[in-house]
This record gives sequence, C-alpha cells and structure tokens, in this order.
Amino acid sequence: MAQMTMIQAITDAMRTELKNDENVLVFGEDVGKNGGVFRATEGLQAEFGEDRVFDTPLAESGIGGLAIGLATQGFRPVPEIQFFGFVYEVIDSISGQMARMRYRSGGRWTMPITVRAPFGGGVHTPELHADSLEGLMAQQPGLKVIIPSTPYEAKGLLISAIRDNDPVIFLEHMKLYRSFREEVPEEEYTIEIGKADVKREGKDVTLVSYGAMVHSCLKAAEELEKDGISAEVIDLRTVSPIDIETILESVKKTNRAVVVQEAQKQAGIAANVVTEIQERAILHLEAPVLRVTAPDTVYAFSDAEEVWLPSHKDIVEKVNTVLNF
Amino acid sequence: MKHVLESVESQFETFQILNENGEIVNQDDMPELSDDELKELMRRMVYTRILDQRSIALNRQGRLGFYAPTAGQEASQLGSQFALEKDDFILPGYRDVPQLIWQGLPLYQAFLFSKGHFHGNQMPEDLQALSPQIIIGAQYVQTAGVALGMKKRGAKTVAITYTGDGGTSQGDFYEGMNFAGAYKAPAIFVVQNNGFAISVPRELQTSAKTLAQKAVAAGIEGIQVDGMDVLAVYAATKHARDRAVAGEGPTLIETLTYRYGPHTMSGDDPTRYRSEEMDNEWAKKDPLVRFRKFLEGKKLWSEEEENKVIEEAKEDIKQAIKDAEKYPKQKVTDLIGNMYEELPSNLVEQMEEYKAKESK
Repeated sequence: MAQMTMIQAITDAMRTELKNDENVLVFGEDVGKNGGVFRATEGLQAEFGEDRVFDTPLAESGIGGLAIGLATQGFRPVPEIQFFGFVYEVIDSISGQMARMRYRSGGRWTMPITVRAPFGGGVHTPELHADSLEGLMAQQPGLKVIIPSTPYEAKGLLISAIRDNDPVIFLEHMKLYRSFREEVPEEEYTIEIGKADVKREGKDVTLVSYGAMVHSCLKAAEELEKDGISAEVIDLRTVSPIDIETILESVKKTNRAVVVQEAQKQAGIAANVVTEIQERAILHLEAPVLRVTAPDTVYAFSDAEEVWLPSHKDIVEKVNTVLNF
Repeated sequence: MKHVLESVESQFETFQILNENGEIVNQDDMPELSDDELKELMRRMVYTRILDQRSIALNRQGRLGFYAPTAGQEASQLGSQFALEKDDFILPGYRDVPQLIWQGLPLYQAFLFSKGHFHGNQMPEDLQALSPQIIIGAQYVQTAGVALGMKKRGAKTVAITYTGDGGTSQGDFYEGMNFAGAYKAPAIFVVQNNGFAISVPRELQTSAKTLAQKAVAAGIEGIQVDGMDVLAVYAATKHARDRAVAGEGPTLIETLTYRYGPHTMSGDDPTRYRSEEMDNEWAKKDPLVRFRKFLEGKKLWSEEEENKVIEEAKEDIKQAIKDAEKYPKQKVTDLIGNMYEELPSNLVEQMEEYKAKESK
C-alpha cells in the first residue's frame, strides 16, 4: 500500500494497464514528454516509449477520430481531452460515432476506448474548464460514464474502464486531484462499473451524489449528526448507468432522499435519479426527493465560484426541508 | 507576393490519361494493367451503372430505402477501389456503396443497408471497411486513426476514405488530413468533386481554385484528377498507395466528376439548381463512353460482352433484393443485444420487457 493523491492513482492505473496490455495507447495534447497539464501521464512516455504514449495535434475532434480508427486496428485507446469543456469539439466522435459503433456494425466493430478528461469547479480555472457536462454524456446510449471521488476508486475504476470493451467516459474532478491522499494498493485491482458505494451509513435521509459533491455530502452529514440527524451518503461512482438497487435499498430504509450534484439544475443526472426513485419507491417516501444543484446559469466567472457552486450548507438546508416536510 | 496564389494553383493541373474520345493523351503515366484487368474495370463500371438504374427503380417502388445515386461517378469510385489490395481499409461516405461491393460486400447486404437493417452493416470478416458514413467529414478523422494503427502494426496496407466537394468545408476534413500528415500515416483521402453539395455549387464552398490544393494546408501531396477517366483515377490511387506503403505518408486526390442523378432519392430535384446544358456537357464526358471507345479500339470490348454484363447484373440484383427481403426482421431485443458486450442494468431490464413483448 502507498499513500496516493487521486492524480497519482490515475497515473498508476494507466501504468498498470500499459504494462498489462501492449494494445493500450495513451495520447492527447501534451500527454507525452510533458506528462500532461496535471501530470496525470507523468513518466509514462519515458517508461513505455513514444509509440505507446504520444502527443497529438491540437484538435479534439481529430483525437476522437484517431481513437476510433486505432480501435479498428485492435488497439485499446486511452485518449485525453485536456478539459471537458472542450468536449463540444469532439461530441460527434464520442456520441455520434464511438458510442454507436458496436450497434451500427451489428457487433462487427467494437470500441474499447476510455476518454479521460478533467472537469469541476473550485479551483478558479478560466472559462470552459470546469463545466460539469456529464449529463450530456449520460444521455448517449452506448457510453458509460464514470466519476470517481477518491484515489482508491479512481485507480480501480480506471483499470476497469480501460479493460471494458465498450467506450467509457472517465471524468476526473480537478479539485480532487491533489486535495487529499489515501491508501491505494500498489497491485492491480478493479472496481465494478455501474456499482455505487455507500460512503457513510445513516437512517434518516439518503444523500445521493458523485464527484466533489460526495465530500460536501460527507461534511454535511457530520454537521447534521450534531443535530441528531443520521444521513446515509451514496457515491454513485458511475453516473451512467446508475446503480438503482443501491439507491432503492437506502431510500426504503430512510424514506427520504436528496440528490446532490455540482452541475446546474437543468443539467447533470440528478433528475434521472429522482425519477427512478419516484417510479420505483414512491410508497416508501415520506417527502418529495429534492435536489441540490448549481443555478441554471452559465458556469460562474471564477471569482463568483464560491457563491455559485453548491456547498455543504446548501445540503444541510435541503435535508432540513425534506425532514420537516 | 501577389503571385503566390497563382503559383500554388499551377501545381494542381488536372491529371488525365484518356480523353473524351477514348484516346491516350498521356502515355507516360499509363498504368500497367493487363487486358483482363482492363476488361474487368469496364465490366465493373457497366455493372455499377446498371446497379444505379435498378436501385433508383427499386427505391421508387418502395423496395429500397435511402439511396444516393452514383451514375457518372463510376470511374472515380471504381478506378480508385481497383487500385486497392484486399486488406486495405475503406471508410466510405454515404454515396460510396459501390466501392464496398467491389471490395467484397454482398449485394443483398448493400440493399439491407439501404432498407435500414443492421445486417447490412455487418461487414464480412474478410472485408476491412466501415459502413457508409452519414456524418460528412467523420470518416476523414477516423481514417487518420486507421492508418496510424496500420503503421503501428507494421502492416503494408492503407486506409482510404471518400468525401464530396461540400465535405471539404468541414473541420474534420482538415483535421483528418492534418493528423495523417503529422504522423506520416498510410492514408488516401479522396474528394469526389461532382460540382454540387445537394444544391450548393462547388464555387460557394471555397474560393480556392482547386480542392486538391487543400492538401497544402496539411503539408501532404495533392493531385487533381479527371474523375471521368478511370485510368487516371486508377493511376493516381495506385501512386498514392505506393507512396503510403513506402512510408511516405498520405495523399489527397480530387476527382473531377459529376452525378447524373439527384443528390439522393429523398426528394431532391436537380433541375432546381442544374441546367440541362450542364447535364449535357457532362454527359459527353461519361466515363463508360470513353473507356468503351478505348477498349473497342483495342478490340477488347464488344456490344455482346456489354449485354452479357448487363444481364448478369440484372440477375444478381433480382436475387439480392429477394435475399434482402427474406432476411429476418429486426426485433428490439436484437438492437439491445448489439449495444454493449455486457448489458448495463437499464438494458438488462429493458431486454426482459421486450423479450416478454416479443414472445406474446
């Protein structure tokens, strides 16, 4: 075991798979010699060579097309999109192409591609770096969308993503890259895609969340505990598909739920979680399922992040509304 | 400085071997093709012209669905495909079904593609190709990836892709060529310039005098070819292929061609944007007419032989449309089954729902 930040765990996962499978290729803007703008691919080109880990011209759509073409030649591409706000340039390659390839070719061609990209607020990035756009990806049949919240999960989920024979979008929250360390096994391990994790057990209310908001939920849960309120915190880990079973099991126990996301209310995937709960467990609910989200504006100018991003205080407030319904 | 444009344009003169009268005008670049190969090229062009006529008729009868006419582009489509080897990879656009057929896609599957059935897209294992791309330009960036993959595998093969004149305005067109150029990947990019993108004339796409010169932006070789001249198209593609497998990188080939029919059979009326005069002008350049004259001059082709090909094509088409119509209908469970290697929880649930529905 070693103490690792999330970014180290991510590098470690890529190193593990580059070693395990000669078909794994890592590429993107500045991922080679430079080791990535966040150092996520640090040392990988030196260890595995320019043939396996390489830079590309500055064009996201081309990177997506490159991944698709390489996949037809039996490679297992792990392309990086420097910031997920730049995904608009490559939405056709992701949603219009790789997500559909197995289906459109009746299984003749498959796309074992893992698209990695940082996103997320709280670190005062310039425009279109921090936007939460997982909701766009979650609406595309043919994709799976993963958002880890801890170093341990980042490594296990990334190894699973790379080994998956269908396209996976792996979104890495920038605020979590180096915010804390945790014990991460040095050997390889996997975490099943599509499975949520109960981060904290509770009996009064279920908090369903993902990404950086998982930590806000845990902080809120601690505050709530001071008032004698016991919150259960579920980390979705995969936002498409959603692990309905784990959510239902919890809601049936607590009878109350709040869904928490960093994305705007009209975006993200919270509405989907609410719908699933009301379709499958309405008779177990003592109160409506409410959401904590960002407001429906364009992502905040960096100086306004603090007032704009949802915080643990917003979560505490919403839990109280649900409890006093 | 003001002469830069002119000097660039002068680098892209139209490459031609056979003129409109079927005479060799460029003996130096005459490709080495045996008599049998020359006849096979003619056979394929005639067959494909019949396939186009029958496809239009079948579409009008409602027995085919989406169809983009190909008449006029036989030299461009088949001359380039004829220069390929079996393991080369084709990334076609939506009008490029003939190249797939001659590279090995069974005709009944081409018809299933038109009708909208997934089996039409299940390329046989020994055919290296994607199904026709609907998103104009997407095939170009993907080609860069296929070609880079071949280079990494050390394969002596190439990736070839096709788009139209309108497609050269897309970002993916430039990105694809530029990526392949930066990696010196074995790719052949073909632009079939038939003068119109639906109703928009080629002049409205760009003020560049040729489309071939767009290769300059990627730093790769560009060739403009008479796309009604099957020998010139073959020779240019063969040249590009030789360069590619020798590790010299990609080539952009612009073929000057024409489609005699509408853009697609989905309601396009070319008389709204094309004059009869223009149609007549291009009819004189018909690739079949000039190649027929050429072969007849060499005593390699006769009316009898041509009629034999026409009959053969009609028979094949009749059988293929029957096979396509007999093919089992698609079920929702088939579509769900084709989505992932392992179904995620939502689809496991929906699979059960539709299984129950379908067993009723």
